[in-house]
Amino acid sequence: MHAFADRTLGRVGTVFLASILVVAVAVPVSNLLFPPGSPLHMPSYLVALLGKYICYALLALSIDLIWGYCGILSLGHGAFFALGGYAMGMYLMRQIGTRGVYANPELPDFMVFLNWSELPVFWYGFQHFAYAAFMIVAVPGLLAFLFGWFAFRSRVTGVYLSIITQAMTFALMLGFFRNNFGFGGNNGLTDFKEILGFNVQAAGTRAALFAASCLALAVGFVICRAIITSKFGKVLIAIRDAESRTRFLGYRVESYKLFVFTVSACMAGVAGALYVPQVGIINPSEFAPANSIEAVIWVAVGGRGTLIGPIIGALVVNYAKTTFTSGMLAPYWLFLLGGLFVAVTLLLPRGIVGTIQHFWSQRRQARDGEGAVPEPSPAPAE
Amino acid sequence: MTHAHTTTAMLYLDGVSVSFDGFRALNQLSLAIEPGEMRAIIGPNGAGKTTMMDVVTGKTRPDGGDVFFYGGDFDLTRLDEAEIAELGIGRKFQKPTIFEMHTVEDNLLLALRGDRRVRSSLFWRDTRAQAQRIDEILEVIRLRSMRDRWAGGLSHGQKQWLEIGMLLAQEPKLLLVDEPVAGMTDAETRQTAELLKEINRDRTVVVVEHDMTFVRDLGVKVTVLHEGSVIAEGSIDDVSANERVIEVYLGR
Repeated sequence: MHAFADRTLGRVGTVFLASILVVAVAVPVSNLLFPPGSPLHMPSYLVALLGKYICYALLALSIDLIWGYCGILSLGHGAFFALGGYAMGMYLMRQIGTRGVYANPELPDFMVFLNWSELPVFWYGFQHFAYAAFMIVAVPGLLAFLFGWFAFRSRVTGVYLSIITQAMTFALMLGFFRNNFGFGGNNGLTDFKEILGFNVQAAGTRAALFAASCLALAVGFVICRAIITSKFGKVLIAIRDAESRTRFLGYRVESYKLFVFTVSACMAGVAGALYVPQVGIINPSEFAPANSIEAVIWVAVGGRGTLIGPIIGALVVNYAKTTFTSGMLAPYWLFLLGGLFVAVTLLLPRGIVGTIQHFWSQRRQARDGEGAVPEPSPAPAE
Repeated sequence: MTHAHTTTAMLYLDGVSVSFDGFRALNQLSLAIEPGEMRAIIGPNGAGKTTMMDVVTGKTRPDGGDVFFYGGDFDLTRLDEAEIAELGIGRKFQKPTIFEMHTVEDNLLLALRGDRRVRSSLFWRDTRAQAQRIDEILEVIRLRSMRDRWAGGLSHGQKQWLEIGMLLAQEPKLLLVDEPVAGMTDAETRQTAELLKEINRDRTVVVVEHDMTFVRDLGVKVTVLHEGSVIAEGSIDDVSANERVIEVYLGR
């Protein structure tokens, strides 16, 4: 265990992982065990809000795995997040049963409203949590695999790849907006009642969902660390920095990209699935290209190629977003977000965590008296 | 994969042609490199030297002609870059192409001969044999003291050597080296000639070079390319005396 922590997580990674786990316990405890009014009490709305942030952090982590370490800039990762979210939403819809407005035990309200008489085949099985859980990982994973199979084998890279990922999420958005697609059209899926038999609105359920999100983030972090510290991770960085050299060394670059892209999409799917019961709705706007771009901004702000950075970036930017969009500055939020991206790119190209890491490694070198060793900063963005 | 063709050559090109948008980069190029040989290939800009390497390593598919490896056992026109690399052909680019963000050691580790599949690299464990092999290569390429440095911090000449070291780590049968001394100091150039001779003791080497002093230092058979075909072959003194070669180089 100790050797694993040393080798795979590193000192900073171990501390970081421990902090996630402490938060996973502390927030629910503060919410449930301390009465309202106590200074140690955290109100339920805040638990749900933080839970949402944690899901965003997992999405950012999944983007960093491919962008920071393999140079694949996906501007459509929101699609995998949304697909995971829809899979969870379908499970939650089937749990409503006769408590819906139309009280149909089989069909969700929107289907009754559309005069559908039976459940579409692709909704079968979603009443079972285990099946839904499988689909949460499998659907984004399968889409990423097929997409990557064609894109990477055809050697689509750089800006072109970014554009087609963007087109992918846009196409899915248009599809999900249609009523006859079978996912509730523009209203999406909402009015959830229960998850695993617990009321989704209850404080206890919300606290449990928060803890589950933290746990998912922790597991995602460990998986990413395990990948990047293996020889596989070294090959990823090699592909990022000199793709054709890697190819001439005999590595099948497309297989490496395909694997890591699929893993990343599965992680994004889990993030989306945990997000949906906490916000209470999933609709096609989650596929909007702007969402995917925003997630890339979190990664850039936190520091790409650092894993911890994107998590912090997602938390910081979303906290700022919540603060700004709820006050009188609300109309200016998008300007601020755009300005933030420009400022980070120009002034802090390594991001928050990347800059701190750089500072420490410089100091260490100065202390060890080593000669001019260049900082290991990631290559500029595609 | 056995072909009816009978040749003893390590690398055999026959009638190879490549055109880009009507420009004939290679025009009926024929060339045979014997096992254990070191061959220098020279020629003015646009003679087709780099295109020839692209064809041999699978980056470019020829429009016509045969490319055989290892005594005619493998038809290289049917294989892709990774397959050709696995067969034992290593390539050094003109511009030093190394993994700048990795340490010198990791650069060599990635190049070491071994299973290149996704699964085996996920569950990779370093072994003593590999560490020893890396030590040996570091010795050959004169970078022993740089083992833990970021490769991006090496000097230009050291980067060229590291890339040659990475080729050695692949344990190729045939090494293609594209302008290894471009941008090197005189001392580095001489050391590089020594290094290539050392490597040639157990491997076949093809060197593409502009630098005539360097080619002379190597002291090997020279092939002169012009407009995608061979115009002369022989010792450096023979080809420098060849009228056609003088015409091409001096533009008369």
